[in-house]
Amino acid sequence: MSAIKLTSDNFNEEVLMSGTPVLVDFWAEWCGPCRMLSPVVHEIGEERTDFKVGTVNVDEEPELAEKFGISSIPCLIVFNGGKEAKRSVGVIPKDAVIDLVTNA
Amino acid sequence: MTDIIIIGAGPAGLTSAIYAQRAGMSVLLLEARAYGGQIINTPEIDNYPAMPHVSGFEFATKLYEQARSFGAEVKFEAAVSIEENNDIKLVKTSKNNVYEAKAVIIATGAKNRPMGLDREEELIGKGISYCATCDGMFYRKKDVAVFGGGNTAIEDALFLSQYCNKVYVIHRRDKFRGDAADVEKLKARENVEFVLNSTVTALIAEDKLSAVEVTDKISGEKKQIPVSGLFVAIGQMPDNGAFANAVELDENGYITANESCRTKTKGIFVAGDCRTKEVRQLTTAAADGAVAALAAAACRR
Repeated sequence: MSAIKLTSDNFNEEVLMSGTPVLVDFWAEWCGPCRMLSPVVHEIGEERTDFKVGTVNVDEEPELAEKFGISSIPCLIVFNGGKEAKRSVGVIPKDAVIDLVTNA
Repeated sequence: MTDIIIIGAGPAGLTSAIYAQRAGMSVLLLEARAYGGQIINTPEIDNYPAMPHVSGFEFATKLYEQARSFGAEVKFEAAVSIEENNDIKLVKTSKNNVYEAKAVIIATGAKNRPMGLDREEELIGKGISYCATCDGMFYRKKDVAVFGGGNTAIEDALFLSQYCNKVYVIHRRDKFRGDAADVEKLKARENVEFVLNSTVTALIAEDKLSAVEVTDKISGEKKQIPVSGLFVAIGQMPDNGAFANAVELDENGYITANESCRTKTKGIFVAGDCRTKEVRQLTTAAADGAVAALAAAACRR
């Protein structure tokens, strides 16, 4: 399954009510480091079935960015059972992204 | 065994990968985080010859693809030590792998200098930032502070003053080292306040930053300034601690080498911001990459 594009319309259903953990990547087009991390996040979305992967474009979804107190991107948040379980700011290698979810 | 191991996939490391491979050498690149180095944080590069207005991300990606196109192997592992056995260099990584090569080029670059304050690391992304152009938009209409007095600090403050309600510029001295024209521009901004001869001494935060404690270096007086964001721009530092036993470091931790990019240790070369030098720019990083690669190739032929 590939990464889901998250909006304020589907966030509740796809993330907060999800039965499996969800890795959410908050990013923007103008952010260089975000564009380094995006392909890694999408790749993980293709490969893993034990958790979901979603992305939030902070320019298109400022309310979501505000709601989760995003003040630096790229920002990865792992949600588990409707709650924030882990958070990481900046570019990290693929293994570290997977660890973030599996150790959440 | 690889001919040359290059530690760091920023502009210096990637350029050395291109030159080494074109000189017939096989190359293994080790990168601790992501390719590109510091330049990926730059929205627009305006001082690289013949490539005006290119974004840092675009530049890094093109360079990475170019280096890969000659067949370079890349592993995303941090190098933790360099040892030697019978003229063979052994590079150990964070994943406990040991890679062998005939020569090593260290191109680990530099990173933002932290303030060294309590909770600084924990508050990154929760009020502390080292990149105004990356994170500035999240502080729209809020009060923020910039700590530093060099070019980066002045540019950051100018950038932030366009979006933020108020920008405090906290600087240890009463004069600025930054570009004089930019300093004048900044002084003219109505929402900018200078806090001079002062240094940030504590971070006040519950789950995110709410204020900074500033100490006046002359009077010793402490005061709190309420801000939602603190942009730290107090310079760069190298990240060469892992190689202290393999090469000579200067008093600031940079690897000692002259324009030939040779270190004092046979078979170990150095390129880019991580070496002792006057000018740390994209062009000089690329130049070092070429020089180090050709020196390494010549020594191993």
